[in-house]
Amino acid sequence: MIPIIVNGTPRSVDATPDTPLLWVLRDNLGLTGTKFGCGMAQCGACTVHLNGAPVRACMTPVSAAAGQKITTIEGAQGKAVKALQDAWVKLDVPQCGYCQAGQIMSAAALLAGNPQPTDADIDTALDGNLCRCATYQRIRAAVHQAARTMRG
Amino acid sequence: MLIAAAADNWKVDTNTLVTLDGMVLHRPSGRKASYGQLAEKAATMPQPAEVALKSPQDFKYIGKQFKRTDSKAKSNGSAQFASDVRLPGQLTALLARPSVFGARLRRVQTERAKAVPGVRAVVEVPQGVAVIATDFWSAKKGRDALQIEWDESGGARVSTTEQRDQYLALLNQPGKVARSEGDAAQALAQAAKKLEATFEFPYLAHAPMEPLSCVVQLKDSGCEIWAGSQSQTSDQATAAQILGIKPEQVKIHTLLAGGSFGRRANPASDYIAEAVSVAKATRDLSAPIHLMWTREDDIRGGYYRPMFVHAISAGLDAQGNPVAWNQRLVGQSIAAGTAFEGGLVKDGIDMTSVEGASNLAYAIPNLHVELHSPKLGVPVLWWRSVGHTHTAFSTEIFIDELAAAAGKDPYAFRRTLIQHPRLNGVLELAATKAGWGTPLAPKSGVRRGRGIAVHESFNSFVAEVAEVSVKPDGSFSVDRVICAVDCGIAVNPDQVRAQMEGGIGFGLSAALHSAITLKAGRVEQSNFHDYPLLRISEMPRVEVHIVPSQAAPTGVGEPGVPPLAPAVANALFAATGKRLRKLPFETSELRSA
Repeated sequence: MIPIIVNGTPRSVDATPDTPLLWVLRDNLGLTGTKFGCGMAQCGACTVHLNGAPVRACMTPVSAAAGQKITTIEGAQGKAVKALQDAWVKLDVPQCGYCQAGQIMSAAALLAGNPQPTDADIDTALDGNLCRCATYQRIRAAVHQAARTMRG
Repeated sequence: MLIAAAADNWKVDTNTLVTLDGMVLHRPSGRKASYGQLAEKAATMPQPAEVALKSPQDFKYIGKQFKRTDSKAKSNGSAQFASDVRLPGQLTALLARPSVFGARLRRVQTERAKAVPGVRAVVEVPQGVAVIATDFWSAKKGRDALQIEWDESGGARVSTTEQRDQYLALLNQPGKVARSEGDAAQALAQAAKKLEATFEFPYLAHAPMEPLSCVVQLKDSGCEIWAGSQSQTSDQATAAQILGIKPEQVKIHTLLAGGSFGRRANPASDYIAEAVSVAKATRDLSAPIHLMWTREDDIRGGYYRPMFVHAISAGLDAQGNPVAWNQRLVGQSIAAGTAFEGGLVKDGIDMTSVEGASNLAYAIPNLHVELHSPKLGVPVLWWRSVGHTHTAFSTEIFIDELAAAAGKDPYAFRRTLIQHPRLNGVLELAATKAGWGTPLAPKSGVRRGRGIAVHESFNSFVAEVAEVSVKPDGSFSVDRVICAVDCGIAVNPDQVRAQMEGGIGFGLSAALHSAITLKAGRVEQSNFHDYPLLRISEMPRVEVHIVPSQAAPTGVGEPGVPPLAPAVANALFAATGKRLRKLPFETSELRSA
């Protein structure tokens, strides 16, 4: 059994230590908002926060997260996440929607450290998050919108 | 007829009745009845010879900005895709598929796979060997532990390099005639100036962000399926056939699809058939089966946009007017051998192979288009905008080449030769909004260029102007794309814009990055590191302009894609003087001398 803290709740999961955190979240804990896209940290669909920093859950063995704080899209809270989700809805960013939880988790990490990002900052922070529908233009606009909301 | 039914019921004149929010109203008396209440009687009323449609100024919904209903669920992780289905007792299955398309299982050793903790069963199915486990990771480890020998003797041991040579050789042989007007051969022979060029297109995988996924639960009464299905009719029939039951005993729960671009609308219902076959072979487990694909399964799983080569030769008269156009295309038929063959293949010509070429939009008096449809064991399928993915590229680059050879402006040249007013309408709108004819602002250290392309597909008309910046090493960025679309009445304009933005990104992704190649039947790519997709840093600024129209609404999902790659190629020519006629683009050709 491996102890992890998911969205503020201590959990104990029955998984082999090499199991990627992604599959522990999805299959052991039923938290399916974190998505599988590639399995090799190429697409960002599985982005979660580990102690507040964005990581790719598909390449993070659960043993590396033992005893640590994991935040998934289901538990993501705070001003930045709220502002981002509102902006995503306001600008109708999603198309198929599969990648968007990962996009928002990466964008939340960006805004946590940079309240006024430029297009280039956004491109750098989100370059690891693929969107096959290519909603990128609206993602950029929505991150700017969320940053404006946060600055008041 | 609903109004007629209400008028008859209430003994009032039809012109005193109006419809509103699903009801027929008689305002003078306040009486009202829902369409549902009236439907049965309405079906018996005489059909009117002419029906007056609502006047556009009375539209309540059409043309207005309405929000998507799913944005919130797709932004907070609660949206349910097929991958997210969790039924009680559900098991996860991964399938080991043949090493090359069409290979058969010779023998498999399953002991090591069965020894992986969590693995519940290993079964042979017609499509391969399935490992069934309590969860994805156990199933994956189990599949990795299988030791399989495939019999490749009947398989498609295709190598793309040889296939390319064969295709290029076919360009020199007469094919089946898709269209012939006038006498292109003679007109070409007599032309004052002749041009010819060859264009190449790779196999492409759809690569939706959500790998294919399907849950099947067998019941005494039949079978239930959960999938992001795009073609329920064939999926239902396929499942019924495998199980030996009636189609009506197969219930499909259609969930959100994490992208498709054509992949989940497969006449072969491949991933549905796999999941149903695994469920059938594991009936004794009495568990719902969740068949999942990995990204490697997806990239290597076939059903690609077919590889194509085109050759075009054309002639100009002394005044620079095109007088002959001769095009030959080589590529596998998508429809052949499917239920769509009867509808899409006429006299040996698969319409999806030549669409956009056989109906060339330019007024050229002598036009000849031929097709070769070689048969190969690599499964092919429609991919967002289908045949237009390649025909728009070759025709829109070659028309640019003719303009250059005639010493004419590429926009003005097109404008003169296009007769369809709606096609010219988008061409003009895109050119105007892009400031066609005005110089691009120079940027230090790069060569800049602007290119235009216009194409009709899915009954919609789209023109795109691309602006590029090319560095000395040949790498380049697409800075801005101006798009004009005429899709008839734009029912939800913001979603029309979204589809154009996405189509432009999708087209650019393929133009910059994508190619599936095979060697001795094995697909050489496997995941996003070697089959890269467009990233946010590569996304141009996109401006979409919608032509106001009262024409019937037409497609917007696909028509944004075709003009993008040729517009970019034409912009690269404007910037560098080099013509790129092969996809994906090889930037080394754009290096400064």
